Amino acid sequence: MQRFLKSIQLRELLRPLGQMIAFSLGSSAVLSLIIIILALILDQTAVGASTMARFKVSLFSYTIVNLPQVLIDGLTLGFVYAAIALGYTMVYGVLEFINFAHSEIFAIGAFVGVEILIALKGREILSTEMSVGNAYWWLILALLAGMAAAGLAAVVVERLAYRPLRGAPRLVPLISAIGVSFFLQDAIRLIESITTGQFHRIIPTFGNFDQRLTFGSMPLGAGSISLGVQIKSLIVIIAAVVMLIGLNYLVNATKVGKAIRAVAQDRATASLMGIDVNHIIALTFLIGGMLGGAAGVLYALKFTRIDPFVGFFPGLKAFTAAVLGGIGNLTGALLGGIVLGLLETFAGTFMSIFTMGAAGAEYKDIFAFSILILVLIFRPHGLMGENVGQKA
Amino acid sequence: MKRLFTLLSVLVIASMALAACGQKPTEAPAPATEAPATEAPATEAPTEPAMVEKGTIKIATQSPLSGGQSSLGVDIKNGAQLALEQLAGPLTEMGFKVELAPYDDQANPDTGVANAKQIVADPAVLCLVGHLNSGVMIPSSEEYHNAGLAAVSPANTNPKVTDRGYLEVNRIVGRDDVQGVVGAEYANSLGVKSVFIIHDKTAYGQGVAEFFKKRAEELGITVAGFEGTEEKANFDPLVTSILASNPDMVYFGGIYDQAGVLFKQAREKGYQGTFMGPDGMDSSVLAEIAGEALVSGGGMVYSTVSGPASVYPGTAKFVEDFKAKFGADPQPFAAQAYDAMAICLKAIEDAAMAKGGEMPTREEVAKAIRALKDFPGITGTYTFNDIGDVTSAKYFVIKVVSADPAKWGENEVVQTLDIAPPSK
Repeated sequence: MQRFLKSIQLRELLRPLGQMIAFSLGSSAVLSLIIIILALILDQTAVGASTMARFKVSLFSYTIVNLPQVLIDGLTLGFVYAAIALGYTMVYGVLEFINFAHSEIFAIGAFVGVEILIALKGREILSTEMSVGNAYWWLILALLAGMAAAGLAAVVVERLAYRPLRGAPRLVPLISAIGVSFFLQDAIRLIESITTGQFHRIIPTFGNFDQRLTFGSMPLGAGSISLGVQIKSLIVIIAAVVMLIGLNYLVNATKVGKAIRAVAQDRATASLMGIDVNHIIALTFLIGGMLGGAAGVLYALKFTRIDPFVGFFPGLKAFTAAVLGGIGNLTGALLGGIVLGLLETFAGTFMSIFTMGAAGAEYKDIFAFSILILVLIFRPHGLMGENVGQKA
Repeated sequence: MKRLFTLLSVLVIASMALAACGQKPTEAPAPATEAPATEAPATEAPTEPAMVEKGTIKIATQSPLSGGQSSLGVDIKNGAQLALEQLAGPLTEMGFKVELAPYDDQANPDTGVANAKQIVADPAVLCLVGHLNSGVMIPSSEEYHNAGLAAVSPANTNPKVTDRGYLEVNRIVGRDDVQGVVGAEYANSLGVKSVFIIHDKTAYGQGVAEFFKKRAEELGITVAGFEGTEEKANFDPLVTSILASNPDMVYFGGIYDQAGVLFKQAREKGYQGTFMGPDGMDSSVLAEIAGEALVSGGGMVYSTVSGPASVYPGTAKFVEDFKAKFGADPQPFAAQAYDAMAICLKAIEDAAMAKGGEMPTREEVAKAIRALKDFPGITGTYTFNDIGDVTSAKYFVIKVVSADPAKWGENEVVQTLDIAPPSK
């Protein structure tokens, strides 16, 4: 036991935790500052006047009052994106190609997890009255099942659709990945239509996940805004943090991780050193797929409804997050996910009021993707692409 | 090389984002499996001299048979199928073979139009029952109009469906410009002072939301926000805006699959007011998604052009037959689909009679529909005006009474109105 504890490298556990806290606080602070300055400037214009007319408060206090909720929502979304983005980035790290089928791996995880919960609910094992402890055990079970199914699917896809193309020009596996993506979408549709006859599935209500912990309220004009966080948002954040720390430890502090890094640096040399390259690549897909699957179940828990196309947008955005952070870089994917989640939520909440209703929440994605293009123009390798040489 | 690759990835994202702006990915349009599709053997073409059989008449249906709105769409097909089986007798006696040709429009305009092209290319199709979504009906009906194919809609409420004045396009339900007004007036009678309006950016959802907004403003209700969204999962930013303006009511112009998620998330974040929506809310799946959110706080009401089966005296037998055949209660619009099919059959029969039992042309069928006087359907008595609206349509306001999807049929009708379409 003593030896086991000694062998754990505490530094590798604390470092990612520190990074996550730093990234969350840092991006929150930077974006909050920008939005507050914007609010102060716009307060002097017609925008401020229209806010005053609608809410009887200045744009500045409107922004301040809504900020805490926006930060909580943004971080929750950001951690989901980060967990998916790691799948893209790990595969890019070892194979230098973008696994566009990862968004469907995510969907597979979501469907397996949700179908298990629906089946349990159907047998009346799950209910809103059940004990909270049991509810968590079942949720963890669904999460693990989603991870297992998605990880397995990712390995199978690698073996069948990517490994035969490993020597081919770079575009070929990319096209293969897009093909696999469509194939998996329709495979989910087919299986769902044969087994349940429904394409959109709803995660059952059980346990206390939908409850909201409130910390009090802030006055806003005539009414007030209550501050709080839903238990399921906390679950999403905590689960994502645990997985990200686990992944970081695996890659940076274990022998397998060393092998993964070696394959990422130079496949041929790694092979000469006695590393089974195929084995390591399959393992990379397994880990990336499991993270994606877990993210799928968490996404379903947070947002209630899934359909066979559920992976498309989160996948696209997680890919964006991976590129934003610097693709191939684990820390970058984490930062990119957090930044993108926050950006999107900020844009969705404040764009409408800042433009006096001309551009509403519907344009949040355009905003987020414009940022991506801007970042790529000025930093083609992403936020953390060059500075950190470490690759997954 | 790296730079080239970066450029490439940007291009890929850009193109995917563009594609995503239009619609969610869909597979190539294909008729539903049970559809005998477009093969109309030349020997059965109407011009051929009649032997014992005078030829095949096909009546097509178009509705979403897959995807999030399929619970309504499948029952439109099933309602029409039931009518065809029960009411095709007179035509069969005249020597025609009558067939149903169901198509899946996936609630997607592109798919609907592609199907419409296939349908009009089949000369045996004389009439069409469909669609569920106005946004699909409007572009598809341009194809029907060009080919002279009569269409009877069991569900489309957008004014533009009939306002183009096409001879071929008819509907047996009410209109959004009336439905929005009915909704706003009911909100006013509840004492609502402020409302946040959200719509799904489709012809149907945005249309009804705009009519609601116009009437609400006339009645002195403050419109705290008017936003369109195609989002299906993450409504957090929108809910933050709603909570900031704390309206008495949230009105969602759109379909239940999106609304349910929004309502649930808004309640979970502490919104306590009333939810309201148009007839797109009318599905038990809404209760499945939103659950308690529909009955807690201020509850939920919706306006509709299709009341529960119990308000129509003629539907008792229909509900019984439907349950016997398909094993479930009919969803809303199934009874309307039954009537739409009945109108198609009756018009074809009239047109054939006028021709002495010969196969009528599409134009004759379209004219026969408009010539119907007080057609006795199970959901009402129908006479069409010169643009294809019924001369008097029913509108209901319904309150959700239970979070249990199985009890959706028990929802309480709080208001019933008979209103004629607005005159130009």
